[in-house]
Amino acid sequence: MELNEFVANLAEQFDDTDASVITKDCHFRELEEYSSLVGMSIIAMAKTQYGKSISGADIRSCTTVEDLFNLVSNK
Amino acid sequence: MAYIKGISYYLPERVVTNDELLLEFPEWSVEKVATKVGVKSRHLAAVDETAGDMAEKAARKLFEEYNIDPKSIDFLMLCTQSPDYFLPSTACILQNRLGIPTSAGAFDYNLGCSGCVYGLVMAKGLIESGIAKNVLVLTAETYQKYLHPSDKSNRSIFGDGAAACLISTDGIAEIGNFSLGTDGSGADHLIVRTGASRCKQATGDVFEDMDGHLRFDDYLYMNGSAIFNFTLDAVPEMIKDILAKNKLESGDIDYFVFHQANKFMLNTIRKVCMLPKDKFYINLEETGNTVSSTVMIALKDCFDKNVIHPGMKVMITGFGVGLSWGGTILTF
Repeated sequence: MELNEFVANLAEQFDDTDASVITKDCHFRELEEYSSLVGMSIIAMAKTQYGKSISGADIRSCTTVEDLFNLVSNK
Repeated sequence: MAYIKGISYYLPERVVTNDELLLEFPEWSVEKVATKVGVKSRHLAAVDETAGDMAEKAARKLFEEYNIDPKSIDFLMLCTQSPDYFLPSTACILQNRLGIPTSAGAFDYNLGCSGCVYGLVMAKGLIESGIAKNVLVLTAETYQKYLHPSDKSNRSIFGDGAAACLISTDGIAEIGNFSLGTDGSGADHLIVRTGASRCKQATGDVFEDMDGHLRFDDYLYMNGSAIFNFTLDAVPEMIKDILAKNKLESGDIDYFVFHQANKFMLNTIRKVCMLPKDKFYINLEETGNTVSSTVMIALKDCFDKNVIHPGMKVMITGFGVGLSWGGTILTF
């Protein structure tokens, strides 16, 4: 898994948030567009693109995009 | 061999649109949600309308549309998780109301989104063992009555409805071999905790779950992310097993009709399983997720619109509460 690619994939899960906002240090859950539906998209992304199962609670344990990257990497 | 002979369905009169939901939840980005989950409106059973009432209406439609004499039915089963009473079985009441002979067997079975497939399992077993010749499988659910008024997610996804299917020794679609599965360790992920024997009294308790959603003890609770992950684990394996058990390959399947859980989940399953978009049914815009009736409703609509026609092999699957899943091949 590569961080830059992960960040780009994560940015794809947001429809209205500019991709430039999504960086490794971004507090993604504090973004205005973030919702439980975006959370579902992230769970689907982890499953379909990385073959990993993560839960809603896992996502809530992450603050930054890099935290999320590390979480998915270590699953 | 056992065949589906006819399918009909009934949707209650009251329709709730997304605009109506928006009036209750003005802060909600309803259009975005609607696009993702694929539901624009859903039907709601009337206050005094039960799953049994809806099942009766679906059965009467079936009798009328296919010119079926209720006296020819020798077995009746109803799939519901909202029975009219704790006892007796709603199916027994329906035997009388529908004019089905007293020599017929009847029972309810308690399953949700996998219920249609399990009805076919039991009907096929009864027919192939010579126990029955004409099995009426009814599915009916009023999940909306289990939802807390503030639960906008589930109120937007689920819809009430009922379906009726006659399985017989001849008909329009041969029922193939089944793949089935159960994982009770996930029972807590989709549950109404109170009102039955484990906890008869309402508790009034509310908790915040690990996803940050409120879990009301006395109403339906769904752990969305857990159900989503379960589906993405179970369904791809089930598809392989259905194909193996029917000695088929994915390319042999002309159409896929899966439980219409929600559009987002169906699209994700389709991508994970690399199923062709033009052969994969998604339509719950005007019904929502009607639980055990989605597959029957979809099959009926596809057949009426000639999307499914004679000569086609159709894979059907159901998956959800239990956790429970099942699927088979229908050869039209």
